[in-house]
Amino acid sequence: MKNKDRKVKRLLAGPYVIWAVGFIIIPLLMIFYYGLTDKEGYFTFINLAKITTPENLKSLGLALLLSLISTVICLILAYPLCMVLSNLKVNKSSFIVLIFILPMWMNFLLRTLAWQNLLERNGIINIVLGFFHLPALEIINTPYAIILGMVYDFLPFMVLPIYNVLSKIDKDLIAAARDLGANSVQTFLRIILPLSVPGIISGVTMVFVPALTTFVISDLLGGSKILLIGNVIEQEFKQGSNWNAGSGMSLVLMIFIIFSMALIAKYDKDGEGTAF
Amino acid sequence: MSNKLIDIVNVSKSYGENLVLNDLNLYIRENEFLTLLGPSGCGKTTLLRILGGFESPNTGKVIFDGIDITELAPNKRQLNTVFQKYALFPNMTIADNIAFGLKIKGKSKSYIEDKIRYALKLVNLDGFDLRMPDSLSGGQQQRIAIARAIVNEPKVLLLDEPLGALDLKLRQDMQYELIRLKNELGITFVYVTHDQEEALTMSDTIVVMNQGNIQQIGTPEDIYNEPQNAFVADFIGESNIFSAIMVEDKLVKIQGVKFPCVDTGFGKNKPVDAVIRPEDVDLVKPKKGLMQGIVTSLIFKGVHYEMDVMANGYEWLVHSTDMFPVGTEVGIKVDPFDIQIMKKPESEDAEAVSIEE
Repeated sequence: MKNKDRKVKRLLAGPYVIWAVGFIIIPLLMIFYYGLTDKEGYFTFINLAKITTPENLKSLGLALLLSLISTVICLILAYPLCMVLSNLKVNKSSFIVLIFILPMWMNFLLRTLAWQNLLERNGIINIVLGFFHLPALEIINTPYAIILGMVYDFLPFMVLPIYNVLSKIDKDLIAAARDLGANSVQTFLRIILPLSVPGIISGVTMVFVPALTTFVISDLLGGSKILLIGNVIEQEFKQGSNWNAGSGMSLVLMIFIIFSMALIAKYDKDGEGTAF
Repeated sequence: MSNKLIDIVNVSKSYGENLVLNDLNLYIRENEFLTLLGPSGCGKTTLLRILGGFESPNTGKVIFDGIDITELAPNKRQLNTVFQKYALFPNMTIADNIAFGLKIKGKSKSYIEDKIRYALKLVNLDGFDLRMPDSLSGGQQQRIAIARAIVNEPKVLLLDEPLGALDLKLRQDMQYELIRLKNELGITFVYVTHDQEEALTMSDTIVVMNQGNIQQIGTPEDIYNEPQNAFVADFIGESNIFSAIMVEDKLVKIQGVKFPCVDTGFGKNKPVDAVIRPEDVDLVKPKKGLMQGIVTSLIFKGVHYEMDVMANGYEWLVHSTDMFPVGTEVGIKVDPFDIQIMKKPESEDAEAVSIEE
């Protein structure tokens, strides 16, 4: 009987195994293979080293900087909002959360293209500004536009986990802190903030990682002038047809992400941050 | 008697249309164990939250030690609350939980350490300092919650159904523990519960509440032996409640039969409620009783037998150490001083309601 149960369970796991092997493990192995070989198929570290050329290092640094700034802005925008939301009645707050999540249901590319149109030199924003005789906004094709795009695209990923964790905090805990003499600032610093750390970590991860590797946002809002590490890798694959160099740099980027995850996991005892 | 410590004056509270507290007046004396007792939704927890400062009343005042604290923030009040679900801070060790209030007040490190040791000893949890709250059982968490409150040396400890989540045996142990704590600390306890046995065991004073109104205030003995209305009689312990007629002083007609009693001053032929506790019903030989009936059910309860006796259209609940098998014809006798006569309620609020327990 028990054996049969186990067989059935194994059978049910089948599709997932096929998925994992076919779409996760094999592609990863291929990246490793390409990253660690040259065009003739000989083992080499040269692809990994490609990241150290001055222009590639600059792209990596810029990508790190912009994704870091975007993450911080998302956090600053999302946290107070979630604080307010978590104190509202459930129907009300879930409606507002829905409004913030709604853009996520539209195509990501479409939203970024929309920003391109809005920000263009002769775009809608500048037409409106011109109408009021205000100076034109010239941020398209600058890092600022990229940050704007990142924040806009990834903000929901910051809002959701923080809102979840804040709304799960027992209201009695806050009452207890007040009861024991803490004022609202002390209550926030000693109770609410520490208890929301898993949500913050989750949100930071979900914003930082896609922002670090994006090439679409920098492509559309940064023109072709600003190259992030994502763009460099994309160009290696598409224009240069150099799968080996692209894979090599992907591997380096992966190491960066794994390293930051490990750093985060150190501070995340509940393991909620690894949800991504 | 000792002084009034808290005075609750004309306090009303409603949520929208729903009136939770109806013009309540109550005082709490220093060093008293006062229990707010009533079914769920009677307003007892709301009253406690008003005392703690988590709610403010729509009208009325709360006077604490001569000072109006109605609008004072909870962190400025000289009382501490033990919450129903303990509300220990999950991100802190037991020691940090207990130290929370003291650290906020900026006490010295050695003072805090002494206090933690003292409080853990008081609740019999020595050596739990470095454990995390979720590694403790419900009863232990409850005792830590009490320790966390009392290290702040409040004048009043508010307890919101603190034993509600514990199992029966633990609940009984904790009742004695609480009485011991109160005696050792010498502070005022305001205790909220829906459990009448808990209230009778621990309290100096019981306040029975229903639908936002106080039904009766008194010692456990008063409340049990002399309920002022059918609601209190029904809520506290088990009882036989009759719609009766007060024929004249010291004579009441129950289910068509005249019983001598000791109450006077209700007038002649006035409708009243009569309460007889099941243990006060004496079963005798049919001819010796004032009323005859037939035993319809018999259950052994350990200390006594519980019997239902059908007589004159009413099923009497009887507790007795004598056993009468089902089907036996018996006579019913009640001593005059065991019949409690009460005025019929004037409003629906005081009407006896069935309690779902």
